[in-house]
Amino acid sequence: MWQFFHKLGSPKWFFGISARFMPWLLAGGILLLMAGVVWGLAFAPKDYLQGNSYRIIFIHVPTAFMAQSVYIMMASAAVVTLVWRMKLADVFVKAVAPVGLVLTFLALFTGAVWGKPTWGTWWIWDARLTSMLILLFLYGGVIALDRAINDEKSAARAVAVLVLVGVVNIPIIKYSVDWWNTLHQPATFKLTEKPSMPAEMWVPLLLSVLGLYLIFGWLACVRMQTEILCREQRTRWVKEFVMKGRV
Amino acid sequence: MHPIRKKRLTVVLFLLAGLSIAVGLTTYALRQNINLFYDPSQISAGEAPVDVRIRAGGMVQEGSVLRDPDTLKVEFLVTDYSASVPIEYVGILPDLFAEGQGIVAMGRLNSEGRFVADQVLAKHDENYMPPEVAGALEKASSAEGKPMPVNAKPATY
Amino acid sequence: MAFDSFSAFIAMEGHGPYVWACYAVFFVLMVVMMAGSVRSRAAIIESCRRGYEFQADKGKVASAPASSASFARVNVSQD
Repeated sequence: MWQFFHKLGSPKWFFGISARFMPWLLAGGILLLMAGVVWGLAFAPKDYLQGNSYRIIFIHVPTAFMAQSVYIMMASAAVVTLVWRMKLADVFVKAVAPVGLVLTFLALFTGAVWGKPTWGTWWIWDARLTSMLILLFLYGGVIALDRAINDEKSAARAVAVLVLVGVVNIPIIKYSVDWWNTLHQPATFKLTEKPSMPAEMWVPLLLSVLGLYLIFGWLACVRMQTEILCREQRTRWVKEFVMKGRV
Repeated sequence: MHPIRKKRLTVVLFLLAGLSIAVGLTTYALRQNINLFYDPSQISAGEAPVDVRIRAGGMVQEGSVLRDPDTLKVEFLVTDYSASVPIEYVGILPDLFAEGQGIVAMGRLNSEGRFVADQVLAKHDENYMPPEVAGALEKASSAEGKPMPVNAKPATY
Repeated sequence: MAFDSFSAFIAMEGHGPYVWACYAVFFVLMVVMMAGSVRSRAAIIESCRRGYEFQADKGKVASAPASSASFARVNVSQD
C-alpha cells in the first residue's frame, strides 16, 4: 500500500496517468453540466414561492459546493505535504488554488444576484455569507503567499500551514445556517434526509454538481501538468515528452 | 509508517485540534454578535437593546398585516410561535413578503416595545417545489385543518 | 418545457436579467479559466522546447569546431 502511495507521488507517473483520463473528464463534465443547466433552466418547474429566480440554484449550489470541496482537497494535500513531503501534493495545492478562488467568487456572485430579487438585498453580513467571503480571502492568501516566497520548499510548507489553518472555516460555512440566525436558508441537501425539493429539481442540480466536479478534475490535471513541466524542466523524461510528445 | 512522519502527523493533528477549539470557543463567545437578528422571544424577554439599530427576524403572523390605504405604511406582527413583536415599516416590501413567510427587519426598538423598521428583507426556507404541488399541499392541509401549509415540521424561518 | 414561448424563456417572468446575468458570468469565467489553463500549459511546453533546441544548437556550435580545431597555424592572407 505504501509503495502505491509513494508511486502516486511521482510526477512522471501522474503525468502519464492523467493524460489518459483527461479527455473523459472533460467530455463527461461538459456533457453533465450542460444537461443539468439546460434541464434546470428550461424544463424544471418553477418554484411556488420564488418563481423563476430560483433557477440560479443550478449554478449557485455547484459552485458553492465545489468551492468548499476544493478547499477540503487542498487541506488533505497540505497534510500530505507536511507529513510526507510529497512533491505532487504541493503541486496540487498550487495548481487548484486559483480554481478555488474563481469558484468561490462565482458562488458569491450568483448568490448576490439571487439575493436581490428574493431577499431584497445583494449582500448582508450574516454568518453564511461572511464565512464564504473569508473562504475567498483564504484562497487569495494562499495564492499570494505562494508567490511571495521564492524558495520552492519553504513556499510549500508555508502554504500548507496556511491551508490547514483555514480549514476550520469549512465547518463554519457548512453549519453557520444551523448554529446562528442567518438570512441564508438551511441546506436543501442533507446526508441523512431526503432533499427538500422534488426529483425534477434535484436531479438536474445533481447533474450540474457532478459535471462541475469532472470539469474541476480536468482543470486540476491540466494545471498540475503545467506546474510539473515547469518544475521538472531539467529532467530527461520532460525533455523526451516535449520533443517527442509522449511520456 | 516512518517514526518521523508519525511525529509530523501528530503535530499536524494537534495543531488542527487546538485551532478548532480556539475558533470554536471564540465563535461561541461571540454568538450574540454572529447572530444576524434577534428573534421575537429574545425581544420580548428584554434581551434586545432599546433605541439601537438592530435586526429582528421571524415569521409574519397570519392575519396580522395592516396596510395603511393612503401611504406605504405597513404594520404586522412577527412571531416565532412563542412570542411576537409588532413591527411598523414605511416603504416597499420585497416580493416574497407574505403572511406566514419569514422576514428580517432592520430598525430600532422603541420604548413601547414596537419595532420601527427602515428595511425589510424576505427570508425563505430550504424547501423548493412546483406551484401545483404547493397548491395541492395547501389544499390538503386546510382540509385537515392544519395551519402549516408547506411542511409538517416547524418552519425554520 | 416549463415555458410557453422563447420570449417567455428569456424574460423568466421578470427575473430574466438576474438569471441570465448569473449564467453569463459563470460560463464566461469557466471558459476563460479553462482556455487559460490550456494555453499556459502549451506556453510552458513551447518554452521548454525552445530551451532544449537552444541547448542542442549551442552544443553543436560548441562541439563542431572543437573536433576540427587544431593548433596548426593558419596563414590568413594579409593582402
